[in-house]
Amino acid sequence: MTGLAFLIPIALGMGLLGLVAFLWSMKDGQYDDMDGAANRILIDDEDDGEIGT
Amino acid sequence: MGRRKRTAVNAPSPLHAHDADDALVTTRFTVPGMRCAGCIAKIERELPKLDGIAAARANFSAKRVAIRHDPALGEDRLTEALRELGYEAQPVADNPMGIEAGERKRLTRALGVAGFGMMNIMLLSVSVWAGADGATRDLFHWLSALIALPVIAYSGRPFFSSAWMALSHRRTNMDVPISIGVILATALSLYETIEGGGHAYFESAVMLLFFLLAGRALDAVMRDRTRAGIGALLGRMGKSASVIGPDGSTRRVDAKALEPGMLVLVAAGEALAADGEVEDGTSAIDNAMLTGESAPEPVGPGSVVHAGAINLSAPLRIRLTHVAEDTALAEIARLMDEAGQSRSSYVRIADRASRLYAPAVHSLAALAFAGWMLAGAGWHQSLVIAIAVLIITCPCAMGLAVPAAQVVASGALLRRGLLVKDGSALERLAECDIALFDKTGTLTLGEPRAEIGALSAEAHAVALGLAQASRHPLSRGLAAALLREGVEPARVEDVREVSGAGLTGRWNGMTVALERPEDAAQGIATRLRIGENRQTITFTDPLRADAAATIAALRQQGIAASILSGDRAAPVEAVARELGLDAQAEVSPQAKLAALETLKAQGSRPLMVGDGLNDGPALAAAHASIAPGTASDASQQAADAVFIGEKLMPVAMAVRVARRTMQIVRQNFGFSILYNVLAVPLALFGLVTPLIAAIAMSVSSLVVVANSLRLARAAG
Repeated sequence: MTGLAFLIPIALGMGLLGLVAFLWSMKDGQYDDMDGAANRILIDDEDDGEIGT
Repeated sequence: MGRRKRTAVNAPSPLHAHDADDALVTTRFTVPGMRCAGCIAKIERELPKLDGIAAARANFSAKRVAIRHDPALGEDRLTEALRELGYEAQPVADNPMGIEAGERKRLTRALGVAGFGMMNIMLLSVSVWAGADGATRDLFHWLSALIALPVIAYSGRPFFSSAWMALSHRRTNMDVPISIGVILATALSLYETIEGGGHAYFESAVMLLFFLLAGRALDAVMRDRTRAGIGALLGRMGKSASVIGPDGSTRRVDAKALEPGMLVLVAAGEALAADGEVEDGTSAIDNAMLTGESAPEPVGPGSVVHAGAINLSAPLRIRLTHVAEDTALAEIARLMDEAGQSRSSYVRIADRASRLYAPAVHSLAALAFAGWMLAGAGWHQSLVIAIAVLIITCPCAMGLAVPAAQVVASGALLRRGLLVKDGSALERLAECDIALFDKTGTLTLGEPRAEIGALSAEAHAVALGLAQASRHPLSRGLAAALLREGVEPARVEDVREVSGAGLTGRWNGMTVALERPEDAAQGIATRLRIGENRQTITFTDPLRADAAATIAALRQQGIAASILSGDRAAPVEAVARELGLDAQAEVSPQAKLAALETLKAQGSRPLMVGDGLNDGPALAAAHASIAPGTASDASQQAADAVFIGEKLMPVAMAVRVARRTMQIVRQNFGFSILYNVLAVPLALFGLVTPLIAAIAMSVSSLVVVANSLRLARAAG
């Protein structure tokens, strides 16, 4: 029984952490431009040089 | 490859990173031409290099760019800057995502909370099912209640408020049985928890909410996506005008603020924002949006012009006569409003189903309670059994049956270039049994296409060299046709454009020109002159390549098509003959609306496909309607679906996929009913435990979703 006293709060806390992370990421606009995020990975970081289109 | 300071292109840094300078303002533009990663990079890197622009942030999904800039920089200058980068842009109104995105966010947040609750309660429930009893079971039930109550109160709101709305209007919808089921299950579980009983249904209640919210959230995401797609196409019409002041200076005035008597300057290529009379200048105007007529109409001093017409060749000074609510355009808008009323009374299939379903289930639960009371089971046990009936029949699969299928179908259609606005549109599309097509811009492409087959390679190059320099619609059409053929432009020097007359320049020491032909009888044409050599290039408005195939595909599905056009009889006849269709020509917007109403009165369900403003009332009145992506704003807003590109086939595909979707929806309903027939007897005999309820609920939901996923290939 004493194990439960630790395990349940830990399980709940981790769940809450995930929920808070999800709500934060939504508020931060991480899901506003999903297609854009997929495309941005292809952009080179260098400032100079032509960008191929 | 020197690593310089990294730019933050890959990080989703929001615009307010630059909030330090409060004097800056943000303006949003829709940029439909943004198609690849290179475009994002180009816009976000090049724009801030201009003086006064602090940052630019592209939203690729919505095809929008937000620019943070010095207020001294006007919208015109920013639009110009984007054009210099190679992108057509239109400023959009504030509050870019509006109310719809707010709804999506609310649903996603509720989904997140329900998911958290579901997982944690399930964790506790599994140990109860595994055999925990006594004090441990009570503790776990209490913990479950502690998590479930706030989660249900928060995540259930979309259902509770919709059910309340329906009930207060003395109607019923799918959310009524859902809300009753969830609330009773929660109340029973709470009672059991307080009494130290064995059966708490918290996990079932929260799981039900989670599955249903998943369906709704997906539905909202899909709706937002198509709205953003359509929004990116909108905004090409004249919403403001350049008013000429008494001192000769011009300023942009919003269409709403225009007044009769004002003198406005309408540049070539610009759309008129109000009705008026030409005071100065000769030009041709394109009335296709208003009348459906494709040939430009010549205008000169004294001609009456209407809002929505596009000035084609030379600048015009126009004295306004009717503005805002009095224009011919506004009259059409009023007709559209009235015609759209009938559509709002359409009852969706899920709500039709729940009209039968809810009373059946609720009377079954009442009968179970009465039956067990008569059998002498005592009121507590009778009530538990009655509520178990409600929980097991709670329309989890039924609530998912419709949205799951429609979300998958509209996703498949979106990939094929057809944006369906919502599920109701799919339902109505599936029911159509007769199709009416507009001609200009719908069956045809609606833009001048140059006939360049007869020209030599040299003429091609010279024509392109000249045409590239101008923004006249004919020049653009010619340049587009030549570029498609892979023509390299000749180096034409000294290119000059004389409005109304044409383009001249020098090439290899010869005078070359694109000029107006002397005989106007040839329809739309231009004449290419190289030295002394003259050749006429004619423009036609060709049929979409697959128009005939589309009509045939529709006929195969039992939908007869005909043409309903505002254009003159001769061109309409020609198209009708080519496609083998019946046609009505020179039909006014009012007459189009009347034709639709007659068809509906006869019991048919017409599908209207049209693009012009003159089709607007008909699009709004039809049982379902589709507009091409080049259609006027109002028509796209009135239509249920918008197709992009030069092919007409998406129209036939839309009907086919819509019918297939409804077939899957009916299968899903059939499965839900079958599941209930099997599960209800268990509940009636008091054999349902929380474990059985949880398994039954998730299995039925998964089956429905899996069945709906088959639609992903339906548009293939």
